[in-house]
Amino acid sequence: MSAIVSLHNVVKTYTRGKQTVEVLHNLSIEIAQGDFVALMGPSGSGKTTLLNLIGGLDRPSRGEVNVAGERIDQLSSGQLAKWRARHVGFVFQFYNLMPMLSAERNVELPLLLTNLSGAQRKQNVLAALTVVGLADRAKHKPAELSGGQAQRVAIARALVADPTLLVCDEPTGDLDRTTADEILHLLQMLNKDHGKTIVMVTHDPKAAEYASHQLHLDKGQLVEGSAHA
Amino acid sequence: MFKQTTAITAMNLRSIPQRVGTSWVIVIGIAVTVAVLVSVLAMVDGFSKTLANTGRADRAIVLRGGSVAELSSTISRDNTITIMDAPGVKKDADGKPIASAEMVAVVALPQRRTGTAANVTVRGIGAKALELRPEIHIVAGRMFQPAVRELIVGHSAVTQFKGVDIGSHITFRNTDWTVVGEFESGGDAHESELMGDIETVLSAFRRNLFQSVTVMLDSPAAFAQFKDKLTTDPTLTVDVKREPDYYAEQSKQLNKLLNFLAFGVGGIMAIGAIFGALNTMYSAVSARSLEIATLRAIGFGAGAVVVSVFVEALLLSLVGGLIGAAAAWLFFNGNTVNTLGANFTQVVFHLTVTPHLLISGIIWACFIGVLGGLFPAIRAARLPVATALRAA
Repeated sequence: MSAIVSLHNVVKTYTRGKQTVEVLHNLSIEIAQGDFVALMGPSGSGKTTLLNLIGGLDRPSRGEVNVAGERIDQLSSGQLAKWRARHVGFVFQFYNLMPMLSAERNVELPLLLTNLSGAQRKQNVLAALTVVGLADRAKHKPAELSGGQAQRVAIARALVADPTLLVCDEPTGDLDRTTADEILHLLQMLNKDHGKTIVMVTHDPKAAEYASHQLHLDKGQLVEGSAHA
Repeated sequence: MFKQTTAITAMNLRSIPQRVGTSWVIVIGIAVTVAVLVSVLAMVDGFSKTLANTGRADRAIVLRGGSVAELSSTISRDNTITIMDAPGVKKDADGKPIASAEMVAVVALPQRRTGTAANVTVRGIGAKALELRPEIHIVAGRMFQPAVRELIVGHSAVTQFKGVDIGSHITFRNTDWTVVGEFESGGDAHESELMGDIETVLSAFRRNLFQSVTVMLDSPAAFAQFKDKLTTDPTLTVDVKREPDYYAEQSKQLNKLLNFLAFGVGGIMAIGAIFGALNTMYSAVSARSLEIATLRAIGFGAGAVVVSVFVEALLLSLVGGLIGAAAAWLFFNGNTVNTLGANFTQVVFHLTVTPHLLISGIIWACFIGVLGGLFPAIRAARLPVATALRAA
């Protein structure tokens, strides 16, 4: 299968005061379309930084980042925002739902960036909520949902615009084991049945087992597994 | 962009109940600023209108040369005849000049509201005064009689001072005067005065000099001829002014002070309100940094975020502006107040909170909102998405 994510000699440095810290060192990886990759490693190993580069939330200091057929390290902030809207669905550890909006309004947010009509948006929102098994909770606000349900809503929001790639940052980090397994099953189903490419950061080896490939990072470099996932 | 902005703005506005305390800082700060600004400007407007209404372009007032107000002017009896006979002065059917040589004096009367004494003008007027000032109408009682210690009192003075109702007796200079009538003159400065027969008033104050001569001109255009004649006459040292110009000069100093108060005090309060708005909007942006970062991650543009912060600041400011304007209108519109005029006497005037003033107040409120929202909006737009998401 063709690579949907391709990083070549990527370096990412942060400046804190007078100190420059290199978080990723000449990293090169490729992720194939339809893959489910778990990024693992200790805290500070650079996995969230790598995920942010893949998701277009950050730019590398050096190197190339190609995702969904586009060289995203060369895009402006505005272009990156539009690119993210088209190609990436994000799932965060703490769900990041808008507390004042109902589940269906939260899920609708990415569709506001499209040209879909109100009726089409409603239909797509219902479909996404059905996929995650929460069609009956559409009118509920995040405060009225359990952690697992909130994360399902967040997954529905990530899915609704049919992105090329799902980027998940510790999606089960705030959930108990049983709920975490349900969420991971859901992600696995989205990967297998809906063909979604998923890149997931996790500390949890059990969570990583749900992925088809694992990439281990330590001190900004791949230490184990394959660079070609 | 419009859909994005609407969505983010709607979310921001829906979250206001969760930030009601900080949101009130903008609303109350701006409401108070606008209320003060509008009410002081209403005072400026009311005072200016009262004095502006006093004059007519076809009337001229003559004072001693160099005098800025009637109180500091003196004109001899001979000179009043020269002035009244000058070309350009309108004559009545009998060929007599329509003019009035007058004097003003100051008496202290207790104010109705506070009971404290305030200066009121007693004006001695000539026999032709009512013909000269057709705007004066007796609305109660009757006109005073010549050579009798009787007074008529302006309607504004009646509303503001005690002891000036018809039938009341006023004592000044050891002479007892009876109020026999009440007059209106379209809310002008004379309505704050007491008027009596000029010769009787002069004798009560033991004076023989007049202080001003007011004449009716044949037309407004006759002013130049009239002025030229008087200012080139070697026997006279007088200043000749059109009545509106004279009263505009009288109001200039107080207008300056009130404008300074309105824009000085209002400006300082506005600066305070801007800081309040900045603080509120910074808190709002800070409280929503995760939501903003999430929306940016999803693909919402920085422009939509900036506009939404601006719209929120503007809407809160608008609410503050409307409350302030409404308060100014409710509490001050139509109020009658008095202040010291040019003759060291009280001029009674009405505060009118006009639509123009209300709109000015609301524009100020929006201006404060724009300034208060500007920097927080920029901050929200420049929020590094990855950093904000990680900070959560």
